[in-house]
Amino acid sequence: MTVEEIINIVLLTMLALTAVGIARLRNLFAVTMLSGIYSLLSASIFVVLDAVDVAFTEAAVGAGITTVLLLGTLMLTDREARDGSRANRAGAMIVVVALGGALFYATLDPMMPRFGDPRTPAQTHVAPQYLKDTVPQGSSKEPVKVGIPNVVTTVLASYRGYDTLGETVVIFTAGIAVLLLLGQRRRRRRDTPGQNPSGNKDADRAAGAED
Amino acid sequence: MFWAAMIGILVALALALVRAIAGPTVYDRILAVNSFGTLTVLALSVIGFLMGRPDFLDIALVYALINFIGTIAVLKFLRYGDFARATQADDNDLV
Repeated sequence: MTVEEIINIVLLTMLALTAVGIARLRNLFAVTMLSGIYSLLSASIFVVLDAVDVAFTEAAVGAGITTVLLLGTLMLTDREARDGSRANRAGAMIVVVALGGALFYATLDPMMPRFGDPRTPAQTHVAPQYLKDTVPQGSSKEPVKVGIPNVVTTVLASYRGYDTLGETVVIFTAGIAVLLLLGQRRRRRRDTPGQNPSGNKDADRAAGAED
Repeated sequence: MFWAAMIGILVALALALVRAIAGPTVYDRILAVNSFGTLTVLALSVIGFLMGRPDFLDIALVYALINFIGTIAVLKFLRYGDFARATQADDNDLV
């Protein structure tokens, strides 16, 4: 067994234990904490699999932002989960077992490429071209098409530049919409009469500056 | 050498995971998650050296930062029950 395989097995075992813990625990605060652990573990697995950029995203979004968002949700709801009906739980169990069994069955197919096989379509279609265009080939005089040293960055910023631009526009628009909605609520609360007696210019100015 | 470190870190990760699942108090779990994050940073560094690619160290740094922010958010939630509660100074301004 290689180094990676042993580390992968240990990490995946812990991942499974965390998932079972998340499903079994009724205390939602504990579940939030465990989901943070879950994404830290999966980010580690991504690093072992050499998908460093995916691991970056998983750690920032999964462990960082999602934990904060889930805690914010906890403030608005109960701290304890209620059990669903017996029939509901049995149905969910059947769906999960069937789906997991189907995924295991798919890996048994001899036509499926082996893990890390260099001859799969994913590795032979456009990837060699990207690698050739990105990484300078030793001392060859042939000019490099894209002058970015990292292949992932080349694909994201050059080959899929318009795609990335579209994604950025979408996220920017969503951010502005959220800010507008939040600002609306805050201003209405400030404008309710009685809270802000007239004649206090400093408070008005402070409120305006904050908005 | 790195193998011994890796085994130690993996055992410590498992122990932190047990504490996070078993609890019983909220503070056990916060401490477990925080030490889990720190151990992840260590594990990533050691994995980088085990595989001969120490350039993974940058990612370990980012993890350390995220871990810090997450812990601050959790503690603020527990102390105030809110992320954006007005402080005493803000209240004085408004009245």
